[in-house]
Amino acid sequence: MTALQHEIRDSDIARLEGRRASLREKLLNLYKRASAGHIGSSLSCLEILMLCHSVFRGEHDRVILSKGHAAGALYCVLDELGVLGRPLSDFYAEGTLLSAHPPCKTRLPRVPFGTGSLGHGLSLGVGMALAQRHLKHEAWTVVVVSEGDLNEGSTWEALLSAAQLKLNRLITIVDANGLQGLGSSKDILDLEPLRAKVDSFGHESFETAEGNSYAALAKELRRILASPGEKPKTLIARTTKGAGVDYMENQFQWHYLPMSDEQFASAVEQVRKT
Amino acid sequence: MRRAFSDWTERHLPASPDCFFLTGDLGYNAFETLQQSLGGRFLNAGVSEQNMISMAAGMASFGFKVLCYSIAPFAVFRPLEQLRLDAGIHDQNVKLVGNGGGYGYGIMGATHHALEDLAVTSCLPNFHTYIPCCNEEVHLSCDRMMSTQGPTYLRLGSFSAKGKLEPATTFSAVQRRRTGRALTLVVLGPLLGNAWEALQGSGIDADLFSVSQLPLTEADLEELRASLGVTGKLLVLEEHVARGGLGEHLAYLLARTGSLPKLFRHRHALGYPSGTYGSQKFHQRECGLDPAALVATLRGLE
Repeated sequence: MTALQHEIRDSDIARLEGRRASLREKLLNLYKRASAGHIGSSLSCLEILMLCHSVFRGEHDRVILSKGHAAGALYCVLDELGVLGRPLSDFYAEGTLLSAHPPCKTRLPRVPFGTGSLGHGLSLGVGMALAQRHLKHEAWTVVVVSEGDLNEGSTWEALLSAAQLKLNRLITIVDANGLQGLGSSKDILDLEPLRAKVDSFGHESFETAEGNSYAALAKELRRILASPGEKPKTLIARTTKGAGVDYMENQFQWHYLPMSDEQFASAVEQVRKT
Repeated sequence: MRRAFSDWTERHLPASPDCFFLTGDLGYNAFETLQQSLGGRFLNAGVSEQNMISMAAGMASFGFKVLCYSIAPFAVFRPLEQLRLDAGIHDQNVKLVGNGGGYGYGIMGATHHALEDLAVTSCLPNFHTYIPCCNEEVHLSCDRMMSTQGPTYLRLGSFSAKGKLEPATTFSAVQRRRTGRALTLVVLGPLLGNAWEALQGSGIDADLFSVSQLPLTEADLEELRASLGVTGKLLVLEEHVARGGLGEHLAYLLARTGSLPKLFRHRHALGYPSGTYGSQKFHQRECGLDPAALVATLRGLE
């Protein structure tokens, strides 16, 4: 795939914006049907995944969801793009490939590795980007990580390694919603100043305060795609956990909770307005 | 065996464009020639074993075979989850190589010993573990490792068969080394050297087998079961803790096939009984795995 084919057009962004509400509603339906948690985590990175899977869709491109607990968002995006290959009603079913975390062994399209234990995705991405370079593929590897991922030492090993190897077609996107397992990252394992840390690890850093905005994400991705440097790229996307649903926003509990019927109705009503 | 292994890499990897060699910043005075000949296919991943393994799995997902070298404890224990998930469950061609299995690093101390590695790797999904018995057979295990689809672990130790026993010419998971009728002796990997020395001139009529692969299959045990039918006595030796090692594995397979002998004895690593450290021979003596102790054990079973 050529650089031109990775171009992000304004019309594409407008199209994605137009589908935002229906995609969020699809996600809410998915989790409600399964009576499952991880809704907030999925709403946090839904736009990141939709944009990445829309842009990096070449044969050799790879998009890895390191924060595998947001699998619901990934499945909805792949369904929206028509490549999932099975109905979303399989989510959480017995005998399904649509498990709560992405399945292992490349059995879903565009899911090169199963994830779910944090701290693996970026190292996998380093290996893939290295393989792509060796094979002279003009492809990109994108890894979406969470703050929980950044608690893991292995992620920092991978950041170092990516810089050492000058993997300039590796993009790390931090879904930085400020929350993790049991509360605020600032209170648990403070990652800030994150951008300065990433810079000091030898990455070219980018940041947007509007990590749930397609336009803002696209603006940074365009800069990344145009950057000629040798450094790997890291985009810190300041997102909102539970984006679009007022009672979920910035509440760490929505890492875990399923929705009641009333909560579901309210959430659907809200996302239809987004 | 490290030299034998590096010789093998120098012979085979330069002409194998689908192979990469990663090291966790170890291998001084062993892989310099390989590094020169592989160029960009040789990578020092730094002291970051977790990253090295996942990175290897990522590369393997593009069709490469990726060797990952470190010393045995660092190779297996630090990146265990990466081995289980990224290499194992995903069945990737990640070829883990650990030098100094057992007490191989002697006076370096407990941090550098690998006494539980085989228990771990032999139960990881899709993993095959190879434990060459002598320097002269390392290439056989390497060839087998590379022809095996999926993740593998190669545990290197030390024993030169030169002037002692005739090395095998083909790979075999279970290899008969000499025949006897008084008892059946099964040895894991390079501890074969101690067993061989113990038997020399002892007059002990042992039927001696070595094992260089875990897990074993029932088909691997055909000759061994026939031997047990004659001797009715089995002694298993390994430089590995009892739990999860060859002894337990063999007992399970023999029980499953109705072939358990009347007498089963097991000599294995005991950790650090005195709480002190020394050479590999010192630790073997503490565990009754040295040739003199083995002679006494064998005489007691005759």
